[in-house]
Amino acid sequence: MSTPVMIEASHLTKYYGDFPAITDVSFSAQKGEILGFLGPNAAGKTTTMRILTGFMPPSSGAASIAGYDVVTESLEARRHVGYLPETVPLYTDMMVKDYLHFMGTIRGMEGKAIQRRISDVIQICRLEEYYKAHIAKLSKGFRQRVGVAQAILHEPEVLVLDEPTVGIDPIQVVETRQLIKSLGGERTIILSTHILPEVSMICQRVIIIHEGEIVAMDTPQALAERLQGAERIQLEVAGPMGQVVRTLRAIPGVQDVTFTDLGDRRSAYSVISRRGDEMRANLAKAVVEQGWGLLRLETVSMSLEEIFLRLTTTEEA
Amino acid sequence: MRNILSIAYKELVIYFTSPMAYVVAGVFLALTGVFFIDSVDQPFALASVRGLLRNTAFFLMPLIPPIMTMRLFAEEQKLGTLELLLTAPVRDYEVVMGKFMASFAILATMVLVSLFYVVVLIFYSDPDLGPVLSGYLGMLLYSSTTLAVGLMASSLTGNQIVAATVSFGIILLFSVVGNVSAVVGGAAATVLENLSLISHFEGFAQGVIDTSDVIYYVVMSAVFLFLTIRAVESRRWR
Repeated sequence: MSTPVMIEASHLTKYYGDFPAITDVSFSAQKGEILGFLGPNAAGKTTTMRILTGFMPPSSGAASIAGYDVVTESLEARRHVGYLPETVPLYTDMMVKDYLHFMGTIRGMEGKAIQRRISDVIQICRLEEYYKAHIAKLSKGFRQRVGVAQAILHEPEVLVLDEPTVGIDPIQVVETRQLIKSLGGERTIILSTHILPEVSMICQRVIIIHEGEIVAMDTPQALAERLQGAERIQLEVAGPMGQVVRTLRAIPGVQDVTFTDLGDRRSAYSVISRRGDEMRANLAKAVVEQGWGLLRLETVSMSLEEIFLRLTTTEEA
Repeated sequence: MRNILSIAYKELVIYFTSPMAYVVAGVFLALTGVFFIDSVDQPFALASVRGLLRNTAFFLMPLIPPIMTMRLFAEEQKLGTLELLLTAPVRDYEVVMGKFMASFAILATMVLVSLFYVVVLIFYSDPDLGPVLSGYLGMLLYSSTTLAVGLMASSLTGNQIVAATVSFGIILLFSVVGNVSAVVGGAAATVLENLSLISHFEGFAQGVIDTSDVIYYVVMSAVFLFLTIRAVESRRWR
């Protein structure tokens, strides 16, 4: 039996006036998957999430949640989603317990089930002490927990979390990540972030979105390996820095060279090049042929950070 | 219906956890008290609440409902809570009706509390209860129309002051629109007179329940509620 597809987006495009916020965005997520949505600010993450949660329809394309179209079967689709918007909007004039109760009822839960689930989520999100507190008096971190609590209250099959770890202190960030991870497996989670390590920590699959278009979609590991077949090689050379850089740049397959002066005629170079053993051989040969001293040469795997930057910054020649 | 009630309940909770409901009720009852004293403290005063209700309709209704409704959508828009509310499995009209019901429940309660003045009248004299009842029916209808206007204004903006100003303007415009009818004359004058919020209230205050007056307030409320629903929906095609 194949795992059912819980989130399906096909060719989503959304215009704000003439401005395309997202263009032709397609992806899907299976049951139990944690999908990371990575991109700089204003890349179209929130727009995509708003479409998935049924807040607004796409200009063209279609999306479905648990098999229900978000436009034509919107109510049914919304029933299966828990949503935490980026700004964690809460009714600040309400008490935590009243707020959660309200969110439960408008999601169609029964009175008894609401009470039971509220005590569950209060525990899961560690809000015991704040059960009767006014939301206005809670710190950002605790508001975040209330936001998560309302999102999982009705045990939705799909969770949409927009930047769930922004603006809370480091300890809470760790806790939130653990919480999200523990929610996976049963639920399908799509979370957006611009924090890269977060993605490799919790997500099984990453979508990198830039200027409204998907630029890459893969597992964090595969993405790191795949990136245009590139790898990073670090060298330490004893020789005139300017000439070394020029020589390295001239080698076919080298995409970029950065360097630091270590003093004493030695400098370190970081070369991004085509993948393959012969690249390292060529680099070594070039250095040695010039009569410079090759002190060190090794490959370093690229971090997701670098991949992200390389994929999302428009490259200059 | 369940959704409408839970949204109405939530709004009531917020009205009463913030000072909003208390302040508005205090102002409303203080001013109606003044209107009442003013209407009975006259030579040959009638034992009626006609003056009280007229003054309430003319002075308080352009003021109190906009203040009560201004936050209903504008605040949710500003806080972003509207996004969570509208991504819950509720229909747009349920959200609008729930909010309308909550504000109506409070305003209606305040209006009905002012029946206390009628009790005072009964205690000291013998008022004609027919016009009192019709007057209060009219006042409730009047309230519902002004609240619907306020709700619509609130749904158009994320700024509460703008919402209150717009609804204040619309209610006042519909209150005085009959006064300019003499200038235009002819059929236009009739239309303007019949659009007037105030002129439809006269009958109720005098003890006449005219079906056309009832229909006027019901239709006006329905139109503005409909516009509110459309405004909430507009995020879909904007």
